[in-house]
Amino acid sequence: MAMTATVGHAHADPHHIGVVVEHPGPASKRIVTAYGFWVFLLSDIVMFSCFFAAYAVLVSQTADGPKGSEIFEQRNVAIETVCLLLSSFTCGMASIAADVRNRFWFYLGMAVTCVLGLIFLAIEFKEFADLVARGYGPSRSAFLTAFFSLVGCHGLHVSAGVLWLLTMMAQVFAKGFRADVLRRMMCFALFWHALDIIWVGVFSVVYLLGSGV
Amino acid sequence: MLGKLDWSAIPFDQPIPLIAGGVVLVGILAVLIWVVVKGYLPYLWHEWITSVDHKRIGVMYILLASVMLLRGGSDAIMMRIQQAIAYQSQGYLPPEHYNQIFSAHGTIMIFFVAMPFVIGLMNLVVPLQLGVRDVAFPTLNSVGFWLTATGALLVNLSLVIGEFARTGWLAFPPLSELSYSPGVGVDYYAWSLQISGVGTLVAGINLVTTVLKLRTKGMNYLRMPMFCWTTLASNLLIVAAFPILTATLAMLLLDRYLGFHFFTNEAGGNVMMFMNLIWAWGHPEVYILVLPAFGIFSEVVSTFSGKALFGYRSMVLATMAICVISFMVWLHHFFTMGAGPDVNAIFGIASMIIAVPTGVKIYNWLFTMYGGRIRFATPMLWAVGFMVTFIIGGLTGVLVAVPPADFMLHNSMFLVAHFHNVIIGGVLFGAFAGFEYWFPKAFGFRLDERWGKLAFWFTFTGFYITFVPLYVAGMLGMTRRMQHYDVAEWQPWMIVAAVGMAVLSIGVICQIMQLVVSIRNREALRDRTGDPWDGRSLEWATSSPPPVFNFAFHPDVRGEDAYWDMKIAAQQQSLEHDVPEYHDIEMPRNSPTGFVCAFFATIMGFALIWHIWWMVILGGIGAFATFVVFAWRDHDEYVIPAAEVAAIDRINLEERRSLVSMAGAI
Repeated sequence: MAMTATVGHAHADPHHIGVVVEHPGPASKRIVTAYGFWVFLLSDIVMFSCFFAAYAVLVSQTADGPKGSEIFEQRNVAIETVCLLLSSFTCGMASIAADVRNRFWFYLGMAVTCVLGLIFLAIEFKEFADLVARGYGPSRSAFLTAFFSLVGCHGLHVSAGVLWLLTMMAQVFAKGFRADVLRRMMCFALFWHALDIIWVGVFSVVYLLGSGV
Repeated sequence: MLGKLDWSAIPFDQPIPLIAGGVVLVGILAVLIWVVVKGYLPYLWHEWITSVDHKRIGVMYILLASVMLLRGGSDAIMMRIQQAIAYQSQGYLPPEHYNQIFSAHGTIMIFFVAMPFVIGLMNLVVPLQLGVRDVAFPTLNSVGFWLTATGALLVNLSLVIGEFARTGWLAFPPLSELSYSPGVGVDYYAWSLQISGVGTLVAGINLVTTVLKLRTKGMNYLRMPMFCWTTLASNLLIVAAFPILTATLAMLLLDRYLGFHFFTNEAGGNVMMFMNLIWAWGHPEVYILVLPAFGIFSEVVSTFSGKALFGYRSMVLATMAICVISFMVWLHHFFTMGAGPDVNAIFGIASMIIAVPTGVKIYNWLFTMYGGRIRFATPMLWAVGFMVTFIIGGLTGVLVAVPPADFMLHNSMFLVAHFHNVIIGGVLFGAFAGFEYWFPKAFGFRLDERWGKLAFWFTFTGFYITFVPLYVAGMLGMTRRMQHYDVAEWQPWMIVAAVGMAVLSIGVICQIMQLVVSIRNREALRDRTGDPWDGRSLEWATSSPPPVFNFAFHPDVRGEDAYWDMKIAAQQQSLEHDVPEYHDIEMPRNSPTGFVCAFFATIMGFALIWHIWWMVILGGIGAFATFVVFAWRDHDEYVIPAAEVAAIDRINLEERRSLVSMAGAI
């Protein structure tokens, strides 16, 4: 091959633009895992934003069915919110316990998180079941379609989170606080907190704004 | 027991799909029997199917894309023949079959040809260009590939079991709602895209993390090869756009399966919401495909001009500008649907603005060539052919970005010609350029140049003969998706287009011949140096094919064109190399997770399409079990001892030194 060509840059900063900070090389596994999971969470939030957008478009399309203010029960939503926010706290406690390798507090934190998540799901399920029983199911109107989809999508995420949570507890039980188990625990915690953030959105956009209409 | 599935799903009365399906089935069975009889099964399983090596996964992506290109291409041939003869006659295809063909053609070409081709090339090359050992999440990478394969499999199943959508490649409601499309066609469409979409998202997350977090020592952002930049931009778009597709298809499926009212005509559903959502994904999708192609052209043009890329920083800026602006123009896909002049004007101008960074890129490529020592090897031919073709496509694009012009040309053959002009001239030419350019890296021998050049010229001329008449037909008022027509002026152009299709097909045959001939002559075409094109970036710094760990030690990058600098430095220092200190290397173990996941996803997808609920549950449990088993592994890595690394690397170094000393002697 022709290797005689001498066109090319041998300088670190060929355009002499400024100081070049040297890149240290590939990041550690922990950083790569957490970073990748953040990117996933962002994409998940994009997906939720579509359901939020659909809700915003369809909220007034009640097709002579009930409006939000006629079906939302503030007391239940308040309990749900408290459960989820508290569970984020206990999940944080479990993460700290995992960091200091304390099995007892880890199990306790995760168990409480699980119970709070299940209470949240039970209340949501009851709300849905009652609505369907009154004939206000998702196929009643476009508004109810959007409502059930947005809230239900969050509920599905919480359910998946509970399943993941139980898997994490089993993993710590069987494998101990191994590096890869700790990385997964970190991802789980990120996931659980992100669900909290999305719930704050649901709570504000659907229930708070909806009750006023 | 079997939901909606019964014998009526097999189209016994339609010979074409049945024969096609039969031939494919016999072909697959023959290959399977051959593989088993020859005893290749363990090799395939251990070296390819369960492989988590980004190079192998990249090759499998490209293989999938090539096979599906033949499938999508045969659909195209059928359509061109139909339109050539369907003047005042029914043609040879029944209308509902024709509708399935154009829907399948679009779906396949975008999702199962263009996407896997560019993702395959990115997978193959990006970690090598970054000087690292693998992508960020190797096992997930395998999952992503196999889920894409699941989607392709489901689309092909629809050929013989049931039907495919007759709705066009984006399945607009209300046509795609249950009341107008009661069959399983739209369900095939939606579930195969839903499953392969998850695979694409996984690949996107993986590559974004790889580029941002795994770069070798010294590789600052402004020292990354252009292809890595466009990969980053493209995958950022994947991460931002594909969830929109997932959500949109989920809404459509909820409408179809559970009687929801997102996009129905009744109970307050809103069809325009589908248009907005699908194009909020669909427009960035175009740039997801073309940005990596831009990266390939940047590499190819600079290598074959023997010069560093002109205006590297402006190229980076243009790439990121396109990445952002492509998200702000989706509405130009429905100028005619009553948004009003203000909205149309804003989106028209935004659409035209994309021409600015794209123009920057074109000029940069031209200036890179200017004053360079240009070698017209096959990849360079594709690159130059691209520049000419893409400019025409870009100009017609600016034309349809003018709302009044769009009112005339909307849904016409002009539009069909325009997007084929940019997708073929941009993405497909880019894919072929990348294929020719990196093939020696992947397999250790070059492709036959004579057949390659023939393939280029036939494809290039065939492309123009096919699509210029479509522009004309569009100007004459011919709309797209016509099963037959009664306007005499259109027919001559349709016949010319069909002839062009034949020329294009010769190009495809040449490409296949090129592979066959090259594999046969592989000893003569062998490249031992790992650097057959006198390349400039790090993928050429390792042997071809690269060892499983890519690099014995992480290269230290001191500037743009990292490998070029190393070559120059080696010459100047008269080859005084220290023997590097080798260390043990940890590599991820192979894993069947991806394959098993896809197996259950296929079962689940098929069961969902046919409403076989027990099978859906079975598939779901299987998928979760796979996840848990994967999480339970104790040893996910193995160690390659330093001595072995040294032995492998020594061969590579010696080849390279003899290369440099030869060049030094000249």
